[in-house]
Amino acid sequence: MISNTEGTFFLTGKDFVNAGKASSRLKKVLENLGLPPGIIRRASIAAFEAEMNTSIYAVAGIMHYYITPETIRVEIKDMGPGIEDIALALTEGYSTAPDYIREMGFGSGMGLPNIKKNTDSLTITSAVGEGTTLDFVINLTGTSEGAEHDTERNC
Amino acid sequence: MILSEIADNLSLEIKTEGVDLGREVTGGYVSDLISDVIGNAHEGFIWVTFQVHLNIVAAASLKNLAGIILVRNRIPDEETLKRASEEKIPIMVTPLPAFEVVGRLYDLGLRCQ
Amino acid sequence: MTLHEITSMLGAVLLSGTDDLDIIVEQAYCADLMSDVLYCSVSNSLLITHLTNAQVIRTAHIADLKAVVFCEDKKPDAVTINLAEKKGIPLLLTGLSMFDACGLLYEKGLRGCLILKTNDLEY
Repeated sequence: MISNTEGTFFLTGKDFVNAGKASSRLKKVLENLGLPPGIIRRASIAAFEAEMNTSIYAVAGIMHYYITPETIRVEIKDMGPGIEDIALALTEGYSTAPDYIREMGFGSGMGLPNIKKNTDSLTITSAVGEGTTLDFVINLTGTSEGAEHDTERNC
Repeated sequence: MILSEIADNLSLEIKTEGVDLGREVTGGYVSDLISDVIGNAHEGFIWVTFQVHLNIVAAASLKNLAGIILVRNRIPDEETLKRASEEKIPIMVTPLPAFEVVGRLYDLGLRCQ
Repeated sequence: MTLHEITSMLGAVLLSGTDDLDIIVEQAYCADLMSDVLYCSVSNSLLITHLTNAQVIRTAHIADLKAVVFCEDKKPDAVTINLAEKKGIPLLLTGLSMFDACGLLYEKGLRGCLILKTNDLEY
């Protein structure tokens, strides 16, 4: 049985060397809890994409995780420009990233769709000029690992 | 090998109208980085990419590439397709990922160097 | 295909990450956009890329990729190599273009991560 575990990482914007560090540490936490690899991969990918968004667009942010025997819940709150049209931002291929971000391997408009694909629920709240909060949940019970979110066959 | 043979061989879907598929393809390049393509691709090459930004047309046109293959069913927006038709750059789409597309082009004899 | 076989096919050098070249990679993914890699690659595959920044290593680590091949003799900086060392991700460097590297590996039998949408063509 997994005991309740929670923690917080601080995220720094525009820091590409360290961007991804928090997700890496989250992955370690999940591994230490002995969760199935498929679940760990999904949660880590979703957290990483959200962290990269913070790094690309925001000044700073916070990643908070809360793990129970039933779910992994991660909230990423950033101090960024906010998203004007969330439905549009969730469209595959839509991106407002500048050219230099694309040349660094990001900004292809796949980040949010990728988070959605790997999670069981995703809530995005955003205020233009203030920031964006992503809240996602991955279920640990009910469905077998990756049954509905088989990341290896379903994209 | 000409473009239409490659399109037939890989079952590519042609997305641009009024472009010349009779052009000789001299080699292949795979990259999602536009600066890299501008720096390293050669005239007459076919370019394999996941990138759909409008700039792909400018890069292909600048380097006089034979065409662009978009992988994984990536759909360019209308502006990109319109510009590609104007610049006479064929854009073709495949469901295959880049590694598979490159492998098949290599099998057909295309090389980069 | 083992990392040892891949290294010799590509005339590559090992930059970091392992002494164990008997590691087996099952499939390959070739891309420069990391979200594309995260979206579609599968665990235990090989990543072939032009990008040489630290995010490539983070992506490989997060997505459980087995190893990374850098092309055109574009060597990553020390920060990137150190990170790979820390995460235990083998890095290979080849002078071949990404096109020829992928082509060669394909010719020798390595296949891409084949991911089908249910309504995609069979291939």
